[in-house]
Parts: sequence; C-alpha cells; structure tokens
Amino acid sequence: MPKEQLDGAQALIKTLDELGIEYIFGYSGGAALPIFDALETVKSNIKFVLTRHEQGATHMADGYARATGKPAVVLVTSGPGAGNTITGIMTAQMDSVPMIVITGQQVTWMLGKDAFQEADIFGITIPVVKHNYLVRDTNDLPRIAREAHYIATTGRPGPVLIDVPKNVSQSPFAGELNAAIDLPGYQPDEAFDIDEESVEQAARLIAMSRRPVILAGHGAMIAGAEKELMHLATTLGCPVTNTLLGKGAFPETHALSLGMLGMHGTAYANKALCECDLILNVGSRFDDRIIGQADKFGANAKIIHIDIDPSEMNKMIRPDVQIVGDAKAALKLLSSHLKPLDTADWLAHLDGYKKKFPLSYKKQGGLRMQQVLDELFDLTKGKAIVTTDVGQHQMWAAQFYRSDASWNFISSGGAGTMGFGFPAAIGAQFARPKDIVVAVVGDGGFQMTLCELATAVVNKLPVIVLVLNNHYLGMVRQWQELFFDNRESGVDLDGNPDFAKLAEAYGATGLTLKRPADIRKRLEEALKARKKGPVVINAECIKTENVFPMIPAGAALESMLIEPPKHKMEKPVGST
Amino acid sequence: MSRTIATSDQKPKPRPGIVGGHTLSMHVNNQPGVLMRICQVFARRAYNIDSLVVSQGRDPRFSRLTLGISGDPAGLDQIIKQCAKLVDVIHCTEHTPADAVVRDMVLVKVRAEGGERRTEVLQIIEHFGGKTVDLTENSMIARIEGDSEKVDSAIRLLSNYEIIETVRTGKVVMARGEQPT
Repeated sequence: MPKEQLDGAQALIKTLDELGIEYIFGYSGGAALPIFDALETVKSNIKFVLTRHEQGATHMADGYARATGKPAVVLVTSGPGAGNTITGIMTAQMDSVPMIVITGQQVTWMLGKDAFQEADIFGITIPVVKHNYLVRDTNDLPRIAREAHYIATTGRPGPVLIDVPKNVSQSPFAGELNAAIDLPGYQPDEAFDIDEESVEQAARLIAMSRRPVILAGHGAMIAGAEKELMHLATTLGCPVTNTLLGKGAFPETHALSLGMLGMHGTAYANKALCECDLILNVGSRFDDRIIGQADKFGANAKIIHIDIDPSEMNKMIRPDVQIVGDAKAALKLLSSHLKPLDTADWLAHLDGYKKKFPLSYKKQGGLRMQQVLDELFDLTKGKAIVTTDVGQHQMWAAQFYRSDASWNFISSGGAGTMGFGFPAAIGAQFARPKDIVVAVVGDGGFQMTLCELATAVVNKLPVIVLVLNNHYLGMVRQWQELFFDNRESGVDLDGNPDFAKLAEAYGATGLTLKRPADIRKRLEEALKARKKGPVVINAECIKTENVFPMIPAGAALESMLIEPPKHKMEKPVGST
Repeated sequence: MSRTIATSDQKPKPRPGIVGGHTLSMHVNNQPGVLMRICQVFARRAYNIDSLVVSQGRDPRFSRLTLGISGDPAGLDQIIKQCAKLVDVIHCTEHTPADAVVRDMVLVKVRAEGGERRTEVLQIIEHFGGKTVDLTENSMIARIEGDSEKVDSAIRLLSNYEIIETVRTGKVVMARGEQPT
C-alpha cells in the first residue's frame, strides 16, 4: 500500500497527538485554514475548543497547564489573531507555565510586504516567550513541534510560539515524522546535576540556625518537590511560608505553615521573615512583591537560594549559598545532611504572632469578599480549584482560600493579568472535569473576558464564576485612598451589567448574593446548579473595603501595615 | 541618493554609572532572528552595544559574536546569564584583555593633497603599522589594526588632518592559550 500523502498541517497535528496533547484552544482564520482542516482529516485524540477570543484561548491553555502540569496548545490565525495572544503568552512566561502557541501566517513570499493579516508575530513575541519559531520548510514541522514541546515543559517551563505560514502548512510533507530534536544550546538535564559542595554548605548554615524559615515558591511545585519539602520542614521543625504561586506546595493548614508572605501576606509570615536567622528559598524568584526593599530583605539572615534558572541568582537578592538546579533533586540531596533543629522557642514565638495578628474581617455592615471566600473554603473543604483575576479579591482569595495541595490555586502572579481568572477556570475544568472549579473574579476583570461564557455554556462546563462585585477597580482605589488623598481617578466601574442576568442571557445559571446571611445558601445553590452547566454568582460587596496587611510597594517588610494607617502615607516609590 | 550629515570626532559624553569596555563572546545558532533575541536582552536593561562583530563559524550551523558593551556594571553578570539562557545561544563569556587577544581594525579616509601634509599622514600610518590601501591625488585610505586603544590613538592623530570618514570593524576577541573562546 502506498504511504498516505500528508501535508504539513497534517504532519503537525499527528506530531501534537503523539506528544500527548489533549486540548487545543483556539480561534480560526484564513492563514490557519490548513491546520484547522487537518483537525478534521487527521484521526487523533486531540479535542479542539473554540473560544470567543484569542486571549481567552491562551488563558485556557494556561489554566489547563496549571491544573495538570501538562501543556495545552493554542491555535490561532495570523495578524490580529496572533496579536490577541500576547497578553496570555506574557502571563504564561512570567509565571513559568508551559504552553505551545501555533499561529497561522501569510505565505512566505508575502512576508515583509504588509500583506493582509500579516504581523511579525515572531519578532513581536521574542520578549515574552521562552522560545519561538517561524517555520520556513514544511519538512521541519514535526521536529519544531517536538522541540517546542520539549522546551516548554523542561527546565524552567514557559510558552513557545510556532508561526506557520499558510504555504508551509499546506505543502506536501516529505520529511521524517519522528525527526529528532536538535537543540545544542538547550541542556535542561544539567538541572539534575546538583553541586554537592553548595548543598553541604547549605546544610552547615541550616545546622547553625535557630530561627529558620523555608520560603516555598512555584518552582517547588513544578519540580514536584512537595514530599521533600514536607520531609525537610518536619525534620527540621522549620516553619514554611509560601508565595502566591507557591500556594499548595506545602499545605497551608499545616501547623508549620505561615501562609503567604509579601505585600498582602500574613502578618506572621512577614514578621517571621524580619526576625529569622535563615531563609531557605525553594523555587521562588524573590519577586518584588515579596521582598519589598531588596537591601533590607533578610538583612540579619543567611540566605540559601534553590532555583533551576541560573539567571535568577543574584538578580534581586545576593544569597549566601546558591543551589542551581531542580528543587526536588536539590532537596533530596540536602535531606541526607539534616538533623532536627532546636526551634521550639522560635515556633512558640511565631504562634504568638499567629494569635495576635490573625487574618480577620468584620462580619457586620454588609457583604465582604473575605467572608464569601472564607465560607467558600469551609463549604468546599479547601478542595476546589480556585482561579483568580488580579486585585483585592485575588489577595483575599490567597489569604482565605488556604491551599493544601499543588495545582489547586491558579492566579496570574507575575504579569498581574486582569481577565485571567475565568478562562483559566475553563481550562482547569477541561483538565479536571470531576473537580469543583471556582473562578474568583472582580467585576473589572470578569468584563475583560466574559465572552467566554459562551465557550463554557456550549461545553456544559460545571464551572462556577464568583463575581466579587464592588463596582470599583478596588485595588487601585485602595492605593488612591491611602497614597493619593483619596482622589479617585479612573476606578469607578459605573455601568456594570447585572451579571446574573447576563449569565442567563448566555444560557448559564445566574445567582445574586447581597447579604452575609445568604452566603452559604447561595454557594450551595451554585454547587447544585453547576451540574447543568456554568453558574455565575453576582456578589454585591461593600464598595470601599481595603486589603490588609499591606506592605507599601518597595518598602521593607518591617513597614507592614496590619490595619488601616492613622496618618497620611507617603507615595511608594519602589516598584509599582 | 545617500544623505550626508555633519559628524565630528567628539568623545561621547560620560554617562554616570555607565561603564564601557566590556567584551562578550558568544557562540550562537546561525539562524535568522538570533541577533534580535540577543539585542533585546541588552536594550531592555539599558545596555548599549558599542561594537558588534558577527560571522559564520567553521561549522556553518553556528555563528561567532563579539560584542563591546557599556552599561551598569552591577547588571553585567545578569546580562551574561540572560544571554546564556537563550535557546539559540550555545555559550556566552566575558573576556578581559588579560585573558584574551583583542583586535580592532579601522579604515580611515584622509584628505591629503600632495606635499608635506601627505608625507606626514603617511608617517603616522607607518608609525601605527598601518597600510595605505587606496591612494588618489587628493585622498588616501589607511588600514590600521591593533587593540582598540591603538586604533583610537591613530584616529586621534589623523584627525589633525582632514578625515573624510572612518569605518571600524569593532572588537574581535580570542581567548589566549588553549582556553576556548
């Protein structure tokens, strides 16, 4: 029998199928026609999800990846289709999320001639991808797809874009489907070759410590180092704080957990960082949201930094010991050197802070986002996958929806992308259909990507959208109140639709929540109604509540405000 | 038609906190777009590329880059690691004159209309071990090579005469001894 003749697009889809890609999220268009056709002509296990906007497709792939650790593919057309993916690609890059983005492109001989829907997406995306390709030879497609998958998922993960001109995808394929990858400049296996001397040095510092803190970041989760982290913390008797993206790497309900640190972290985590004599950072990049003023961070502590990316070393903080490599491999090596530390006094001291400065909120005087999230945590026993947008609701979700397992709290940390939460929840729900997925979003962010309600309804996804609606861009308003004499500028979202009615118009269930007494009832209704498809809860919250604790941007952790300040604040000048 | 603008031999104004004279050598994939990736690493961190030499390596799959850069010295280590992290970069190393041979070459076109002036120009060229590679009634082109400081001095002395234009290659470096570059 003669070998079946494939075109480039078919070879590409076959390769993606072999790579185990389960979902493609995308939006069709002229330059991507051959690839969309291949989705129909090639027999594969790949499921295609038509979104309502290309940005939504990228956040769905992102949510899928952050709920599973596996990459999904985004498939869009050239020009504006490709351009609309940029926010989503940047979001994935900032948070080290694996993603493969395939863009259609004008035919090769028209490139550089301002042809219809031509955009130099290769050039445009260089600063926001881990790597990217403009394919010029049909026969290269399978190799490039394999390389993209390999680059996206190994080392420090990230997005990889493949720009495929239409003539390249529709020309006959005469290459090797199993072509080997060829990446002489990319050797992620080096990450498993940990420098033993650094580990021994770290162990010596740890052995001398009486007030240690472990700082767990996203890297601990990506490396799958949860068990090693637990072993480390419990062997040493060492408290653990986590970053926003590190939520779940160490269970936040554990007695040794201090919860999240940083700008809106717990008072006890930040106080522990101020008073500790050793910081063991496992897979966090010392983001400006957690260190505040760099030269005062950990000023009296020895710092050990474990990171898979050598360029993170000395970037924000100069550690005493650098361990470059995979967090799991590093902790395994480290564990053989460890003995219990005498931390009883330190833990008792921190417990004092936990009792004195707990996360709290008022239960009278209207509906507060904190209370809604607190009750959501109780009702779902902390087992739901929670995605968020960016702002006040995000910080309260991080504070009150404690995470006990990895891959359950999905939030745009580095990029701070509004409109991320809802499409990310869709991606997470596709990835884990049996789990309860709640998109915790603000009224601002939800309106940026709410067109994906159609995607959720069409696919009958049991996703719950909890719109914490204060009719404000609340976090910006909070800054204006604290630092700009309460001059409100560009923050009043007058004109919001009735989100419950809007949901009904899309064919989803719409619920309204106004009184604290109804929180539990409404959430239970949502959990019931989700069996029929998406549910939107419009929670009308107090308009002018502020998030505390708060460390003004760029200030030292010592400057933390545990409650609203009584005097006028200086405008922060460090970071944003 | 080419556009002519007035230029001068002025020294660049000193910029506070900026240190020049760093030389990086990179081995990279020989593909379109690689230079774009590298340049963005420098531009984003406010580094200026003072000189850049790129050419295909002995193995045509790779290219060799030599960059002369200036910027905040505190960020140099970061820049090197950020470049090394690029998938298309095989390696990126800093070289100092102590561990590497540095060579730079300039072509200088000087107006020299006969007589004494012409002899003086020729003497300067000879002093720097240069060569005249083009000679007309009114002008000549000199080729001078050496380390960057030597090339600078030659241009400075020749600027006492009328320099029409200069074209400079920028630094290329090679590690001394058996060390790979």
